[in-house]
Amino acid sequence: MKPTTTEFKANARVALDDAQLQRALAGLPGGLVAQRTAARARLPEFEALRDVGRDIRDHALAHLDLYLEEWERNATAAGATVHWAETAADARDAILAICQRAGARTVTKGKSMVSEEIALNGHLEAQGLEVVETDLGEYLVQIRGEVPSHIIAPAIHLTQDQVEADFRKRHTHLPKDRVLIEAATLVGEAREILREKFLAADVGITGANFLIAETGSTIIVTNEGNGDLTQSLAKVHIVITSIDRVVPTLEDVSSILRLLARSATGQEFSTYTTFSTGPRRSGDPDGPQACHIVVLDNGRSELLGSELREVLRCIRCGACMNHCPVYTAIGGHAYGWVYPGPIGAVLTPSLIGVKQAGHLPSASTFCGRCEQVCPMKIPLPKLMRHHRETEFDQGGLSWSYRKGLALWGWLALRPRLYHLASRFGIAALGAAGRRRGSFRRLPFATGWTRHREFPAPQGRTFQQLWAEHRAGLPR
Amino acid sequence: MTGRDRIFAKIRAGLGVTGHDQDRQAAAARRIAASRRHLTPDRVAGKSHEQHMQLLRGFLEGQCATVVEAASAKDVPRLVAKYLRDTNLPMRLKVGADGYLARLPWSTEPALELRHGRAEAGDEVGLSRAMAAVAETGTLVLASGADNPVTINFLPETHIVVIEASGVVGTYEDAWARVRERFGARAMPRTINMISGPSRTGDIGGKLVMGAHGPRRMCVVIVRA
Repeated sequence: MKPTTTEFKANARVALDDAQLQRALAGLPGGLVAQRTAARARLPEFEALRDVGRDIRDHALAHLDLYLEEWERNATAAGATVHWAETAADARDAILAICQRAGARTVTKGKSMVSEEIALNGHLEAQGLEVVETDLGEYLVQIRGEVPSHIIAPAIHLTQDQVEADFRKRHTHLPKDRVLIEAATLVGEAREILREKFLAADVGITGANFLIAETGSTIIVTNEGNGDLTQSLAKVHIVITSIDRVVPTLEDVSSILRLLARSATGQEFSTYTTFSTGPRRSGDPDGPQACHIVVLDNGRSELLGSELREVLRCIRCGACMNHCPVYTAIGGHAYGWVYPGPIGAVLTPSLIGVKQAGHLPSASTFCGRCEQVCPMKIPLPKLMRHHRETEFDQGGLSWSYRKGLALWGWLALRPRLYHLASRFGIAALGAAGRRRGSFRRLPFATGWTRHREFPAPQGRTFQQLWAEHRAGLPR
Repeated sequence: MTGRDRIFAKIRAGLGVTGHDQDRQAAAARRIAASRRHLTPDRVAGKSHEQHMQLLRGFLEGQCATVVEAASAKDVPRLVAKYLRDTNLPMRLKVGADGYLARLPWSTEPALELRHGRAEAGDEVGLSRAMAAVAETGTLVLASGADNPVTINFLPETHIVVIEASGVVGTYEDAWARVRERFGARAMPRTINMISGPSRTGDIGGKLVMGAHGPRRMCVVIVRA
């Protein structure tokens, strides 16, 4: 996928003015956020489990080479073929070659963010393959020619009215006067159309939430069952995944699964958690005849030795974006690449560079909600700050931004001067704004005053008030 | 050097290790051999089997499954027939070669027609046997194979699952112990399906709709004895 991350500011402005998008995003606080809160309240061990989950992922990453080797040995012994892909292009080529060897015409797909990362669909379609997304949200996005705007709810930016309009435009073989008022009717229409595709598919491609070293298994987690029809009905099952997904044992993954659905959708457990190990066994009446697993690196191995290693703990639940004031204001598309929200603000510059994606970690107030809800306790604000520093060190940012930062830095290192300057500044602003109580326009702060009034300071600085408070003076 | 070699070289460089470090290798091997359990929820830890049964039932119903209890195995055909009749569904079941299911007294319900094999596009009702059920979240554990073909879990609109009370366990970890008992250490069937109710989606306007791609409805028959 070609990034538009450099256009972040313009993208965000468009998103803020998009009334339809704003209507769709308005459902988040009462939906996924409230559901997670309720699920967390039902499980008193939730917070303790976050520490367990973090430790499992840290252990797995510290022994990543060994667990990947063990996983590969066991997957191969079960009859799967493992392909290692250093780059997105390597992964695309490997998958295309498997499809072509299988003589495939129709390919069904379960949800996979790694497949978005390697821009798989376009590559297969360019070779004449029909690629059908089967996760309902992914299907909605695909028929609109869009990309997912959320890592677990790809069509969260769409309202039901838009889906109805798209179905009428796309499903032209159905009666024009059919009634599509209920969400259930829309789901039923998609179910029938996609059922035909499942049955016709030659190759089924899914992602993997985890790889289990102990057994050589890959895991998918869904609510629809689409990933299961995708992998059970086609002759060939291809798994596209990445090197950071491996965990040692079934016990380890069980602990992490206790956190995944609760953090993502607030469910006790997702409807379908499927452990797949190799192709069908002798005597099995169904299941794929061949199983290929493509394991992508694409820059992840380089993060292991860096200060960004913790981002590799991510289990892709989406809680960080659901709780992010920036994501919930602008949606996922404005972020301009595969992974939106706080995890995207850390992962995107890690994978495609801060030069391309420096705006993303800068678009944060560091409110810290993402870190508070992350089931793997990834210190997302700290990692965003790391990217900001890298961007500064590499000479990014505008001249005025750099000069402003340098001036502030110079002042902040001289506390007495800083206090004096802020006292003077606050007193002057307070005097100038005393009559109205606020400013309609303020030089150097038009970014604020264009949208709202700037309150006039009350005369004294926080430092002064604090000193008086400690001296026991009444306020 | 292959792509694989380069990826592993980069991982090891990033970790600052060689791959021949015996301490690390031993640590990883120990971890896998130990099957060590972490924190498990109080809602099931130290609870009686009967409490697990109640939890299982409660969670499954909360997840939109119908739960019926059979006092003994010989009651299962009658309860299955009753469910199909009550739900106004055809009395035709697709079922694998599972020995336990085959031994049930189906002849007591002559209206029921059993067809054997994997599920096909036209099959409306599937019947499976779960090898375990996890109380902590109301989750059935099904192992694929000739006994219980995986397509039966997903293609028919209605899925009926039989679970014996002896298969009801507290945690996922308890279920893995059963899987290892049956298939051996480090071995898995082609597919283990953990299923927590019928298929659903929230992808259209955030509204919960049942029957996205898999079964629209699920009936779980818990066999007491």
